[in-house]
Amino acid sequence: MSGSKQRCKDLLGALSDYLDGDADERLCAEIERHMADCPDCRVLVDTLRKTIILYREREAGEGLPSDVQTRLYRRLNLEDLLPGT
Amino acid sequence: MSENDQLSLDALRSGDRDEFARMVEAYSPRIYRLALRMLGDAQEAEDVLQETFLNAFRSLSRFEGRSSLGTWLHRIATNQALMRLRKREVPTFSVDEPVDDPDLGELPRQLVDWCCLPEEEFMTAEAQSQLDAAVEKLSPALRAVFTLRELQGLSTRETSEVLGISESAVKTRLLRARLQLREHLTAYFAERVQEVGYER
Repeated sequence: MSGSKQRCKDLLGALSDYLDGDADERLCAEIERHMADCPDCRVLVDTLRKTIILYREREAGEGLPSDVQTRLYRRLNLEDLLPGT
Repeated sequence: MSENDQLSLDALRSGDRDEFARMVEAYSPRIYRLALRMLGDAQEAEDVLQETFLNAFRSLSRFEGRSSLGTWLHRIATNQALMRLRKREVPTFSVDEPVDDPDLGELPRQLVDWCCLPEEEFMTAEAQSQLDAAVEKLSPALRAVFTLRELQGLSTRETSEVLGISESAVKTRLLRARLQLREHLTAYFAERVQEVGYER
């Protein structure tokens, strides 16, 4: 990392809060100021954000496969209450 | 987790089948996804799904409601999945990993900017399998926090209740998991950047 490596390390611990929008205004400004002078930290933050997005996007809309659902209701003796029957 | 808002705890505790079926319908997709992401195996995930609701059915009369129904079900499922992970013969993680140490150690090593890749690069079967492979490399402790907090959308407090750890431990483990996943994905996507020649 360029610039002060210790500064990069200090800010590393705050990155989740920053990316989740939980960091206060002062901390956000501090991280953004640092990133403006530190291309490595900018790349780290951008790729970390993209990593989170890729996992979250994949999760959206995945339902329970119908065969898994049928076997679950059978195991629980709830076949007569299977949705859609 | 708001699915339990419409469910009657009294009916569930008294063994009402219709109410139990409503609970299964409300929570089974989330519990299945949780098990699938933690175990990476569809058959094992289905076993955990069934065991979770069987356990819940047996224990509902004793459920005191100190946590929400959703948190309680997530706890049962997570414990089942963790037991299975720990039983696996060849661990791919270090059991001594200091997961709760706020000092994250070394700075990330891989610093290639792969965000510039076209979106279709992230949707290929190979890229998607890399996402799975990265999660499978996480230790059970990190995988549980990542799955609950990131993929299931539980809050930090809910995740700490499910796992019985402090909120600060949840935050530390989540950041560790994210950084390890990023490192794994960077190894793959940096190669793609070189191959397709995209640079910002």
